[in-house]
Amino acid sequence: MEAVSEIIRKAKARLLKMHYESGVGHIGGNLSALDLLVYLHHHVLNENDVFVLSKGHSVGALYITLWSLGKLRDEDLRRFHGEGTKLSGHPAPNWLPEIRCATGSLGHGLPLSAGLALGKNLKSEPGRIFCLMSDGEWNEGSNWEAVIFAVQNRLERLTFIVDCNELQGFGTTKEVADLEPLIEKFRSFKLHVEEIDGHSIEEIAEAFSKDVPGPRAVIAHTVKGHGVSFMENKLESHYLPVSAEQYEQALEEINGS
Amino acid sequence: MRRVLCETLVEHAGDAGLVFLTGDLGFMALEPLRDVLGERFINAGVAEQNMISVAAGLAMSGLSPWVYSIAPFIYARAFEQIRNDVCMHDLPVKFVGNGGGYGYGVMGATHHALEDYGVILTLENMHVLVPAFASDVSTMTRRLLGFPHPVYLRLGRCEKPKDLVLPDYAPWRRLLSGGGCVMVIVGPLAGPIIGALGNLEERVRPNVWVLTELPLENSTVPDEFVQDLQQSGHLFVVEEHVSQGGVGQMLPHYLLTRGISFRKFSHKCALGYVSSLYGSQVFHRKECGLDPAGIISELEV
Repeated sequence: MEAVSEIIRKAKARLLKMHYESGVGHIGGNLSALDLLVYLHHHVLNENDVFVLSKGHSVGALYITLWSLGKLRDEDLRRFHGEGTKLSGHPAPNWLPEIRCATGSLGHGLPLSAGLALGKNLKSEPGRIFCLMSDGEWNEGSNWEAVIFAVQNRLERLTFIVDCNELQGFGTTKEVADLEPLIEKFRSFKLHVEEIDGHSIEEIAEAFSKDVPGPRAVIAHTVKGHGVSFMENKLESHYLPVSAEQYEQALEEINGS
Repeated sequence: MRRVLCETLVEHAGDAGLVFLTGDLGFMALEPLRDVLGERFINAGVAEQNMISVAAGLAMSGLSPWVYSIAPFIYARAFEQIRNDVCMHDLPVKFVGNGGGYGYGVMGATHHALEDYGVILTLENMHVLVPAFASDVSTMTRRLLGFPHPVYLRLGRCEKPKDLVLPDYAPWRRLLSGGGCVMVIVGPLAGPIIGALGNLEERVRPNVWVLTELPLENSTVPDEFVQDLQQSGHLFVVEEHVSQGGVGQMLPHYLLTRGISFRKFSHKCALGYVSSLYGSQVFHRKECGLDPAGIISELEV
């Protein structure tokens, strides 16, 4: 079996190619989430589980992850952000079983996941719900409503992962709406909480090897633009596409790392 | 109407897919439903955005959720959740908005629903039911149990005159015949108005139709209605909803785009808060000319 690190390396290169060819941004948040997405999809999720991408702006990383699983083809990825595409800049509804929810407006994924988890309980069906969120989206009140609901209704099969890259739309999370220490806030709601390095395969693997009853929050500390030096921790990487020179440099860094 | 909804759902509590969520409302009304549904009755707390997304998640799981609150706390508070999570995915979520129009009376403007079906009908896949009489609620509720699309059910108060004999339920029902205009009344407002029009002389007495389902494209406008309109030439729409997005705008558009024309159009609708004072539903209707006297004053008596 191919090592996860190699799958991730190929996925990063393909992600950059897709963004370079389509000329669109949102690369930074994709690179902060990609390690988690690949690991979850290759080693954690089973046929009964449901994944919800709450940070819909990182759908590029999800498309690439599904490509790495053979669910999307190169031909599909070439239509990313194009005219007449299903691969829009945020997940579209009703076309791929692996993309259950159209997201992009923040603060929807966790309440939807709570509903999916409750549905499994009421129907006595097997499976778990995993929801990947951004840190900036914790500004949204609906997420706090969902936490209250998930704890109150003992949604034990619900896990949400917060991709904490510390950058949001127009500033750092500390500058815009400082929620630190987030872990203490989550604990005060009686969630099961843990913190990991969101780029350490060992720590990701360790966190998801445990069968911890939820509702559970995994705070994943990540780097926006991870793996590409000129993108790392740069707000610009949320928005801007890469030039030909930047693309070559990024590929070198990823393939050399 | 709420009581009938509750009773009908209690009768169908055995449907495995039925889940009922309330936004912490229903005291002295929904207890029987809570008692029979058990874990499938969920008080989601005062958190309507979450409640509606949760309902979407339940519907994605193959369940059939009903969501209940005071009307504006659903369609206004959580509009984006309805739009993105329910309608974009075309999920079978039933939204029950209690207190259509000025139904909550002197409780105040925040509790009124004057623009509900206009707003919500802008969303893809959405259907709207505005029961006019209590008996409509049981018919509609049974139908909704297996309905595969999003629905907004606007509940009001049944004001059926005691001696009025209703025809079998249909989205369009003629309740009164006459030689005057063709009057279309939306929902329960038909009750008090019909009671006052019956005594008018035949020449001015309207043909009164009660309309209970939207959008208009979802049901066939009866031939008899078109014949009434062609004979009269005067269309008069009455609704407890603001003009923007109301049936007063929808119906002429519907008819004219199908080549059905008329020479005169009248519209009585909710006007907000005319005197900036508050009172009962009857008080607000009167301020808008939606009371029987206000309607009759518009007729060529």
